[in-house]
Amino acid sequence: MGNNEYDRIKDRFLLLKKEKRKGLIPFITASDPNIDVFEEILIGLPGSGADFIEIGIPFSDPMADGPSIQLSSRRVLQKKFRLKELFQSVSKLRKTDNITPVILMGYYNPIFTFGIKEFVSRAVRAGVDALIVVDLPPEEADELYQHAINENLHLIFLIAPTTNEQRFSVILEKASGFLYYVSIKGITGTSSANMTEVKEKINFIRTKTSLPVAVGFGIKNAKQAYEFAKYSDVVVVGSAIVDIISKSIKDGEKDFTSLPSKVFSFVHTLSKEVLRSGS
Amino acid sequence: MLKNTQFSFEDGKNTSHFGHFGGRYVAETLMPLILEVEKAYFSAKKDYDFLRELKGYLCNYAGRPSPLYFAERLTDYFGGAKIYFKRDELNHTGSHKINNCLGQILLARRMGKKRIIAETGAGQHGVATATVCARFGLDCEIYMGAKDISRQQPNVFRMKLLGAKVHAVENGSATLKEAMNEALRDWVANVDDTYYLIGTAAGPHPYPSMVRDFQSVIGQELKEQILKEESRLPNYLIACVGGGSNAIGLFYPFLDDKKVKLIGVEAAGKGLDTFEHAASISGGVPGILHGNCTYLLQDNEGQIRDAHSISAGLDYPGIGPEHAWLHETKRVQYVSASDEEALKAFQLCSSLEGIIPALEPSHALSYIGKLAPSVSKDSIIVMNMCGRGDKDIFTVADALDYKI
Repeated sequence: MGNNEYDRIKDRFLLLKKEKRKGLIPFITASDPNIDVFEEILIGLPGSGADFIEIGIPFSDPMADGPSIQLSSRRVLQKKFRLKELFQSVSKLRKTDNITPVILMGYYNPIFTFGIKEFVSRAVRAGVDALIVVDLPPEEADELYQHAINENLHLIFLIAPTTNEQRFSVILEKASGFLYYVSIKGITGTSSANMTEVKEKINFIRTKTSLPVAVGFGIKNAKQAYEFAKYSDVVVVGSAIVDIISKSIKDGEKDFTSLPSKVFSFVHTLSKEVLRSGS
Repeated sequence: MLKNTQFSFEDGKNTSHFGHFGGRYVAETLMPLILEVEKAYFSAKKDYDFLRELKGYLCNYAGRPSPLYFAERLTDYFGGAKIYFKRDELNHTGSHKINNCLGQILLARRMGKKRIIAETGAGQHGVATATVCARFGLDCEIYMGAKDISRQQPNVFRMKLLGAKVHAVENGSATLKEAMNEALRDWVANVDDTYYLIGTAAGPHPYPSMVRDFQSVIGQELKEQILKEESRLPNYLIACVGGGSNAIGLFYPFLDDKKVKLIGVEAAGKGLDTFEHAASISGGVPGILHGNCTYLLQDNEGQIRDAHSISAGLDYPGIGPEHAWLHETKRVQYVSASDEEALKAFQLCSSLEGIIPALEPSHALSYIGKLAPSVSKDSIIVMNMCGRGDKDIFTVADALDYKI
């Protein structure tokens, strides 16, 4: 079997269950705003209340992303981002933290071009636990799925407001770790979700699977994180965190000295609200 | 193929993949919708009433069949093969794009969609989409790269006259690729009432097959016309290839006629040895973008490179997935022509034939200039004149340092 000694995702959900609380997944784009500051943020996130860490793999054409994450991808790519540096950053995190699950989220072409088998193997060796490939529906995922199974890497699939009954069986066949509910019809960081719809849909998902359910795409602040955490197991906050980095760049902050603490403080606030929502 | 005395329709293969190309690489939000489009299309193309209605609009609204024209002076000029033009530039709206738009708009109506979105490069597909939306009273929003908007002003104004809203896309190279990204983002956000009318034989399944079927009217008509004219099939069919909808429409009905050589001409921009071209097959590798696996211009990290062509309609870093497969199976040969070569062919065709071609087919014509003199005089070459050049006069004037 694979190289993952143990299942960090499973363990984390067991811990959440034991502590009777919900979890928080902050999202940041790889190497944003530069490799050093990104690594500082990455390594500091678990101590700020991140139960999981989601890292966006920059892509030239991020079709599912709104302006915030588009902008962060573009600035990272301008500095000639390479996947190799992302694997190195995750390896560095693993020196100080070997329990917080790391999820990579990206588009298929960089993975396909890197070599699917090689990508999975390098990611797992670096300490990555799961992969979300936005533009890879289960119907096209056979090859990635095989390699992921071999290496004990979780493939996490999205469930959308449009996902109908028939698609659940197709998705659940390959899904592992948890399911990611996209709370809005739209791209990341744009509109806000309708709470009633989200609640109904997540309840429906629970009738189909015992996998934990994360919710993301439309969560912008601590209040929303609190509300969404009530109905799900974990909440993902992305664009709002990326915006802190964008603002710091826009303000011309020197060497980003105060940026990590701004991110940590926001994540801490989110985490407190998620905690408040209880089990 | 569904045939009767009134019309024929190319009921092509329905497979979601062409070899390892094609597929449906879209976010989950769109998957149910893509499957719905597929279901609706497969049902429509078996429906006699749908096909009869389409045929009616193709004849009486778009002006089909388009003529087959013997380009006598160009034939004499090159001194080799007989050169024919399939005159798809004479269609309503000035290009082959209307063939596909009529098919898809009837499908969108059948699906009960009220709002149509589309991407456009040169503006030909945008104009054709805005046209059918005006005709059928549907809301129309067009995504167009800011760079393309500035070089295709006449088409932008035409779209506005037709009642469409034109969104300028400023991201990246601000051309067709970014326009398609934005159209996809719009679709994800408006899945309930919106139909995405893709203009080329690319994107997630069923679009490549569907667009090909709707464009195959070009090749079907040609087959009848050339048999009447020459009592035999052509030796060569030539078409320009960006996404490749006019080329696949010309080629598809001839795929099984193995003696007919099929040649697609990509845009070599400033040269294949530079990064400034749009020749995905000649200068790209397989990858995944905009819902399909196909040949793409990209770097070693899988980041898509910006394409370049003087022709906005060819300025795209990918190609339809069936072309990728026809290239790998060697049924179609893909060559390229540069900006400069296309500009020369543009002027030559205007002065010798009295036909101002679009810059897109000027690439194909430029290749004919190399091919025709090298083959016997009894050979027949047919080129798809897929668009007229009115939209390009500003670009060409600029390239020739002529002040309008």
